[in-house]
Amino acid sequence: MMDVLDIFASAGLWAAVLRIATPLIFGTLGALISERAGVLNLGIEGIMTFGAMIGWMTVYHGGDLWLGLAVAALSGAVFGLLHAALTVPLGLSQHVTGLGITLFASSLSYFIFRLAVPVSGSPPTIVPFQVIKIPVLSDLPFLGEAVFSQTAPTYLAIALALVIAYALARTPLGLAVRIVGENPHAAEAQGINPIRVRIGAVVFGSALMAMGGAFLTLAAFNSFFPTMVQGRGWVCIALVVFASWRPERALGGALLFALFDAYQLRLQHVVGKAIPYQLFLMIPYIMSILALLVMARRARVPQALMQPFRRGER
Amino acid sequence: MSAPPVLRLEGITKRFGALTANDDITLELRQGELLALLGENGAGKTTLMNILFGHYTADSGRVIAFGRELPPGKPRAAIEAGIGMVHQHFALAANLTVLENVIAGTRPLGALGLGSAAAREKLTALSAKFGLAVHPDARVGDLSVGERQRVEILKSLYRDAKVLILDEPTAVLTHQEAEQLYHTLRGMAEHGLSIIFISHKLHEVLAAADRVTVLRGGKVVAERRASETTKDELAELMVGRRVARPRRESQAPGAIALKAARVDVGTALKAIDFEVRAGETLGIIGVSGNGQHTLVRLVSGLERPSAGSLELYGAPAQRPTPRGFVAAGIGRIPEDRHADGAVGEMAVWENAVLERVREPRFSAAGLVRRAAGRAFAREVIERFDVRGGSEDSPIRLLSGGNMQKLILGRNLAESPRILIAAQPTRGLDEGAVAAVHGEILAARRAGTAVLLISEDLDEILALADRVQAIVKGRLSPPIPIEKADPRRLGLMMAGSWEDAA
Ligand SMILES: Nc1ncnc2c1ncn2[C@@H]1O[C@H](COP(=O)(O)OP(=O)(O)O)[C@@H](O)[C@H]1O
Ligand SMILES: [Mg+2]
Repeated sequence: MMDVLDIFASAGLWAAVLRIATPLIFGTLGALISERAGVLNLGIEGIMTFGAMIGWMTVYHGGDLWLGLAVAALSGAVFGLLHAALTVPLGLSQHVTGLGITLFASSLSYFIFRLAVPVSGSPPTIVPFQVIKIPVLSDLPFLGEAVFSQTAPTYLAIALALVIAYALARTPLGLAVRIVGENPHAAEAQGINPIRVRIGAVVFGSALMAMGGAFLTLAAFNSFFPTMVQGRGWVCIALVVFASWRPERALGGALLFALFDAYQLRLQHVVGKAIPYQLFLMIPYIMSILALLVMARRARVPQALMQPFRRGER
Repeated sequence: MSAPPVLRLEGITKRFGALTANDDITLELRQGELLALLGENGAGKTTLMNILFGHYTADSGRVIAFGRELPPGKPRAAIEAGIGMVHQHFALAANLTVLENVIAGTRPLGALGLGSAAAREKLTALSAKFGLAVHPDARVGDLSVGERQRVEILKSLYRDAKVLILDEPTAVLTHQEAEQLYHTLRGMAEHGLSIIFISHKLHEVLAAADRVTVLRGGKVVAERRASETTKDELAELMVGRRVARPRRESQAPGAIALKAARVDVGTALKAIDFEVRAGETLGIIGVSGNGQHTLVRLVSGLERPSAGSLELYGAPAQRPTPRGFVAAGIGRIPEDRHADGAVGEMAVWENAVLERVREPRFSAAGLVRRAAGRAFAREVIERFDVRGGSEDSPIRLLSGGNMQKLILGRNLAESPRILIAAQPTRGLDEGAVAAVHGEILAARRAGTAVLLISEDLDEILALADRVQAIVKGRLSPPIPIEKADPRRLGLMMAGSWEDAA
């Protein structure tokens, strides 16, 4: 019994939490920005997969790790533009378009990967992002190992969450995004172009999603395989609701989910084979559903979410 | 002709498909002037203002503000030229604060801060200067309708609007709020702003405007100085023919149809007593927000008395439900037709049968009989002169007056034994008011017991046989209409029943 609680005292667990949370932070922020402007992007699962593939491929073919991340972001932006073009000016169903993009981007990733990398016994690998120990801080006991010994994209994700939280709340651009997501007609009456704001938000959000995917191949692991995103995109969509569409809470939600995940991994080792490991795999999802049940009822949905905006319509 | 006009619309024409909503309209506004744009629903007033503001682009014609032509279809350009617009349906984001609604779009999108402190100061100063009190940090969704309108006006003032356009600003306001608004507008004109407001309420136009432009069928049909015209002349110009509101004839009432004895509903209604007889209209007058909403819910079967008893046709109403009340022959005209009366996206015929779709003639074996529903809708459309769409168009495309005629029609086509009419003519134009009044009187003549809830003195005086006032959830004792005059009703509405007696 003691062992089960001891897990929480190990700095290794907390370091893993930040690592596991990173792709979720990117993905949740991406989905959140797009939804704050009123557009649901269910293309996230596919966009993350594509980002993971293209980022890895860039590095595999000799590119720098940062270049890999940038190429991934760019590919996400392109898929975002596709989603935005269909759902914003044309006003097509956001659900259907998003799911279509997920199917398209996932299959395309696998297709390109198979074309470029022949089937082999063990998948080819790259040298991923290395842990950066922040001077002085990483020497702190416990916290040093838990928080200040991460790869660069993890620091970037956390910084982004804070920047986006500030930008949404405190800048004209953030206010424009929010008013477009609440009532695009109000935005238009204030001289803001809702179509442009929405397209921008979807494109930027999708770039973040792809960066989340790329983290998997460029930092968490060192190779690509087609099923590696494993529903993380859908978790991000749920985390947005959990976070009540607020970036700082999205950060908290991603960390909480990652905690469940990291904990169950270690629990498997402690408890051993007595309990089938699949039961442990379910823990984070069950906890998420419970958390959603509690949080989502208080969530404040952007009022114009999923409502297409057409000019001159009553 | 003295100073040059601040605003000039020149030869504006706008078509929607085959319909010409604006037909070669020319209009001028001078500095410090209050111009009323008068016209029935569908006359093209909103369309014209939307073109002026750049929401729509005109098919031909020009907009000239302060001597410069505005590019078509660009709200931003209109805002920058000093034009502000208060929309008929407010353009506000409910989840944002007042301040956020006001400052959105006012700074370059690349700026790093909102400049909230300075903005709050400017907003507070404007509130004080024009008497538009509202808290900058309140969530807009928590505000009353009147307060939201203040926010709309403040949005324009904040952007230094010199011309303000208000589209039917009083349609959603109570009498007091409307008077307050016109007082504010007059003050703004004295500060040098030039104002166009849209209305179809004659008395408001005469009381508040300097000049009146009358629009009918997309054309300017007349222009008058407010001091040189009369209500009757304007009504005739607006409608295109003489309109007279129908008159009530006296008749002997029948048996008691609906009766409340010392009914409480929560804390909203306290010990109310009333009775309505067949072939009689009982008017309940009062300023909105005094319990009318709960009263309507009570007599629609949506709310149960927490004390006292409610009787239908002499027997206590057991376990009231909306469906049971409909089945018992109660027809309802809800106060908010968009929220409670119709489903905007659904077709006219679906809305026509919505309350009765379970009846065998409209459905069998769980399937809707569409042909019967459509036929019923056609009958209502025909008999009640509903215009602006067929039985298959979505009901949201109908104007307010026509939607109201449909709601009235679907109830009256059934000859209800009791009719609950809550603010039945709110927001309607002169022609539609006359039509609705005519139908309510016809129902009464046919023996329907009518419970009329209204805040419009003229309406009560025209339709009711007896009047009770509703004040803070209480009802005054009834007085016969012959003894009611505006002064006495005013006293009753203020809660001074003894003085009024
Ligand atoms: N966006 C639109 N599409 C089609 N028809 C419209 C549209 N807006 C207004 N109309 C029609 O144009 C006419 C004038 O409408 P409107 O300007 O709203 O009148 P008003 O404001 O005077 O009541 C009406 O017949 C209305 O149905
Ligand atoms: Mg209008």
